[in-house]
Amino acid sequence: MTHVSLQELTKVYPGATAPALDRLSLEIASGELTALLGPSGCGKTTTMKMIAGLLPVSSGEINFDGKSILREKPENRNVVMVFQNYLLFPYMSVADNIGFGLKMRKLPKDEIARRVAEILALVRLPDLGARKPKELSGGQQQRVALARALIVQPRVLLLDEPLSNLDAHLRFEMRDLIRNLQQEMGITTIFVTHDQEEAVVLADRIALILDGRLKQYDSAEAFYRRPIDEATARFFGSHNFVGGAVSDGAFDSPLGRIVLPNGIADGPGKLTFRPENLRIGPAAESENRLTATVLSKIYLGTQTRLRVQVGDEVIEVLANPNDATEIAEGETAPISLPAPALWVVR
Amino acid sequence: MSQRPSTGFRTFRAITTVMMVTWLILPLVPLAIWSFSRSWFFPNVLPSAWSLQGWEYALSDRSGVIDALWLTIGISLGATVLSVLAGVPAGRALGMYNFRGKQFIELLILAPAIVPGIAVVLGIHVVFIWLGLANSIFGVILVHLIPTLPYMVLVMSGIFANYDPAFEAQARSLGASPLKTFWYVTVPAIMPGIIVGALFAFLISWSQYILTLLIGGGRVITLPLLLFNFATSGRNDLTGAISVIYIIPGILILILTARHLSGRSGAVGGFGQI
Repeated sequence: MTHVSLQELTKVYPGATAPALDRLSLEIASGELTALLGPSGCGKTTTMKMIAGLLPVSSGEINFDGKSILREKPENRNVVMVFQNYLLFPYMSVADNIGFGLKMRKLPKDEIARRVAEILALVRLPDLGARKPKELSGGQQQRVALARALIVQPRVLLLDEPLSNLDAHLRFEMRDLIRNLQQEMGITTIFVTHDQEEAVVLADRIALILDGRLKQYDSAEAFYRRPIDEATARFFGSHNFVGGAVSDGAFDSPLGRIVLPNGIADGPGKLTFRPENLRIGPAAESENRLTATVLSKIYLGTQTRLRVQVGDEVIEVLANPNDATEIAEGETAPISLPAPALWVVR
Repeated sequence: MSQRPSTGFRTFRAITTVMMVTWLILPLVPLAIWSFSRSWFFPNVLPSAWSLQGWEYALSDRSGVIDALWLTIGISLGATVLSVLAGVPAGRALGMYNFRGKQFIELLILAPAIVPGIAVVLGIHVVFIWLGLANSIFGVILVHLIPTLPYMVLVMSGIFANYDPAFEAQARSLGASPLKTFWYVTVPAIMPGIIVGALFAFLISWSQYILTLLIGGGRVITLPLLLFNFATSGRNDLTGAISVIYIIPGILILILTARHLSGRSGAVGGFGQI
């Protein structure tokens, strides 16, 4: 159980003008599973390598339980990083790979063998200890890499894009495995990903990093309901932004006066709402009802994607297919903006 | 794998086999026969009289062959060990990193494989006399690095060009010190290259003549020097016997390490860079 604190952590690569990571401050509670989310090159892998000690820190501080670890060598930090391509040592058996960390800690051979067998059962690969890594499938290799990291009971576990190399049905299996083991062992875990979906399904909290700077550090739900700004909302797949101003619990905009949920301060801003939270068609009823012209309609199976126009504003709607069957391109249809789905970014 | 090779390929393989036998193995046969002969004159196919005199003398203390054999093994092993010690880091630098003057350094390391050794060694001789290394075994070992290092470095830079240093980062994060990381992660990964490079280094050092003669100053008598002495003195039986002794280590090494030379390890990949 380790509380991780990053304070103004900065990395400037030699010869680079802009910092790869700019004054990142994060408090990661003990036993929490946190995602560092951002597009490639945003500094998230840099952050992980600095925590692991594989990259020197330009400035700032990393504390574990209030004590700086910057002077500790990587092998003494007890921080294990699981790389995206697993990096299983090819000339060692699966059991030797998993036991590597314990061997480095000079544990007796029979104890290593016992604990390797235990953890192999835990990651559900009980009979594969004698195999070579190349004889395993990608999903099995990843479980071996995870077992190799967990067996040393690290203070902090770092995962590099843990789900991105897996196909859809393995993703949820691995997600559950990682979550269960992490919760059971209570290991503070940080993982990086460029995929917001991966971050949402796995993490307790998400730190969104754009251009080397922390944008928002929050629960997954908050990123959908209360994004801090337009860039954050866009990163999470929102495309609807309408300019205007808040006054007396409502938003004055080209769409008209839209009633907002409680607790949004007055002042100028942009109204935003997620496409899947809008309703369209005759059944659409709420305090914010508008009439829209349908520009295009694409049937996606579980949802129907519509682009509609209200005044000069083009709005994207992901509707229930049942609500959208009667609506044709070029026609007008009522849409409603339920107050709980609305948010204003500044 | 189970596919039958085409007729054209089989013909090609037969021709190359015949050529290899003719040029590489047949020339050794007369040497072996000479070593057991007393008189063998043209146009006889085989010697008219057989004798073990050549071998008796070669293996006796008087000839110095056994002493020279041990000395040659020692010098070659020394040159091999130093080649590995210098070639692995050099190969890593050239294979993995980019830095200013890299091409120039590559050229410098390769130069001895291209420039005749005798041109270089005359200059080195003067330096070695100043340093007190001339006429010494250690001096000979050092000078043997000139022809052995290029091969070692080439093989190792080929190995390191295909090597992922992230494995080392992984080992460190699992709790391995730099030394243990090198031993448990780096060394096994580059072992095929070390074996092939060491093999080349040993055999190249084993066959040095001029470098040993000049730097050893006639006091360091290795097997090739001894062999040359007897070859020019007209004792064909003795020359044959020493030749056979001289050839054996090379053949042994080749047989023991043949599987590392070919196959998937790609240890000889570095030669693609020449």
